[in-house]
Amino acid sequence: MKISYNVNKNGFYGDFGGAFVPEMMHANIEELKSKYIKISSEKSFVKEFDELLKNYVGRPTPLYFAERLSNKYKTKIYLKREDLCHTGAHKINNTIGQILLAKKLGKNRIIAETGAGQHGVATATVCALMGVKCIIYMGEVDITRQAPNVARMKMLGAEVRPAICGSKTLKDATNEAIRDWINNPIDTHYIIGSVVGPHPYPDMVARFQSVIGNEVKNQLKKIEGNENPNYVIACVGGGSNAAGIFYPYLDNKKVKIICVEAAGKGIDSGESAATSVLGKEGIIHGSKTLLMQTADGQITEPYSISAGLDYPGIGPMHANLYRSGRGQFISIDDKDAMEWGLNLSRMEGIIPAIETSHAFAVLDKIKFLKDDIIVFNCSGRGDKDLGTYIDYFKL
Amino acid sequence: MNRINKVFKNKKDILSIYFTAGFPNLSDTNSIIQSLDNSGVDMIEVGLPFSDPLADGPTIQQSSTIALKNGMTTTKLFDQLKGLRKVTNIPIIIMGYFNPIMQYGVESFCKDCKSVGIDGLIIPDLPVEIYYKNYNKTFEKYNILNMFLITPQTSIERIKFIDKISSGFIYMVSSFSITGAVNSFQKEQKEYFERINKMNLKSPLLIGFGISNKQTYTDAVKYSRGAIIGSAFIKHLKEKGVNKISDFIKKIRQ
Repeated sequence: MKISYNVNKNGFYGDFGGAFVPEMMHANIEELKSKYIKISSEKSFVKEFDELLKNYVGRPTPLYFAERLSNKYKTKIYLKREDLCHTGAHKINNTIGQILLAKKLGKNRIIAETGAGQHGVATATVCALMGVKCIIYMGEVDITRQAPNVARMKMLGAEVRPAICGSKTLKDATNEAIRDWINNPIDTHYIIGSVVGPHPYPDMVARFQSVIGNEVKNQLKKIEGNENPNYVIACVGGGSNAAGIFYPYLDNKKVKIICVEAAGKGIDSGESAATSVLGKEGIIHGSKTLLMQTADGQITEPYSISAGLDYPGIGPMHANLYRSGRGQFISIDDKDAMEWGLNLSRMEGIIPAIETSHAFAVLDKIKFLKDDIIVFNCSGRGDKDLGTYIDYFKL
Repeated sequence: MNRINKVFKNKKDILSIYFTAGFPNLSDTNSIIQSLDNSGVDMIEVGLPFSDPLADGPTIQQSSTIALKNGMTTTKLFDQLKGLRKVTNIPIIIMGYFNPIMQYGVESFCKDCKSVGIDGLIIPDLPVEIYYKNYNKTFEKYNILNMFLITPQTSIERIKFIDKISSGFIYMVSSFSITGAVNSFQKEQKEYFERINKMNLKSPLLIGFGISNKQTYTDAVKYSRGAIIGSAFIKHLKEKGVNKISDFIKKIRQ
């Protein structure tokens, strides 16, 4: 039997995934599970989704040949320009899909969690677009760290509710959003921002993000006459931009997959977010996956200079890519990531999000061949990180 | 016979109290259990604290955070419970999230439960079908009962399945809500209780979530074999301390 790295009919990727949810969430998850594929494949849905991606988000995003970078590293480097999406990152592909789904399910209240604020902004944006009530949960600590995005969400009409329990960051914001959903199961849809959470979320989000990889295939065919690159490379926090660009290549082993995690201050420093190295199999937010935890099973707080990568777990798809060996995992520390923020800015005129910078640092870790075709997911732009960059480089 | 089944055989208007192990102090576990037993409580749920208790409200989450800070762990809890059955015969359930139990090993967990005299478990984020497929036999091997939740949204077929595989009681979640105290039940909740009662399930029902005072307890026992109180008791512990436990129980039972 051919091995597939995509989700199976029970909601698992190999050993990982499933829906480990309290009974209070069961009916909602079950409703989504039974309807998400049917609704999102309906002609009218596909038409509306495609039109919004084209005219509102600005898709297809370019596949850009990075000439100076290619010359320096003596290989062929392409950037999939998700940083050019409306709101500045790939996150909006998923929120457009889920808001349309929520409408079809008859939900008129949207909740979401956010860490760095990118998913919060993307959710607030589509709620404004559709005229739907929007509540964003955000850790109290992140609200302080990410003030510009909080302001954007408010400007867009969303209510930002602080998560004040636990470590007051992304995982606690996720807990609060889940609690809200438990308390409001009838009128509310929960837009999860990454390929995490109980089935069907990882698959649903991956499908909405798969537009990234599908476009790469078409674009590469036109440019190179070959739809298969040698490598696709993306950063992984929860893993939605990676899942999106890997999606059409998952079962095509001619294409090597590289996942880049945040090492923070170093794998052994105690301040890291490199889940594949530091994590163990367990349950987080309703999904069986690899997660950072104590020996006693308490979920620990990860660290990265990039707020979008400091999630203590990874999506079940990525956990399976890791365990099966289908994906190569590399961790990049704060210092190398920050340097690459500057490198990409000065060599290609593109200021990347710090999350995205992690992916590019792989160029110094792997020796690529002259004829290799390498596609990086340039998942987000760096406007939101200017403060961090300026402080770091004393610009 | 398991102590849980015995209590349902012999008693009515059952009062079950939840507390978080390790709160307010690390070593309070046994004295809380004994005070509850002496105050005439019928059953006790010991909460194994978890960093991310997503089915619980802020009161229980805060108590869990403090308990973990105090140093509570799964191993420590079993150590504390070792002498338990020399001093009390009350049915005791551990309520915990699945990740800490999975890390301990489900079989080791059940085995240690049996050896200290724990009668059953409530694991809110272990769905009934995954339990039934993977863990039912292990629980039966050690005579540990597993209790499941139902909510106003749980379908009839699912309730029937839960009833079929339950050997203790069914935990009827009073509303669309995470744990936390309310003052009285609404009409919709009462209709839901009546609807479930009409199903004539073989398993006895206990109502939990939102039971806080004599009023809600009295209401709950009209529609069930008893009630579970969690957040309101934690609040009492926090404000009045371990020495005043009987005051709380008296107020509910008077």
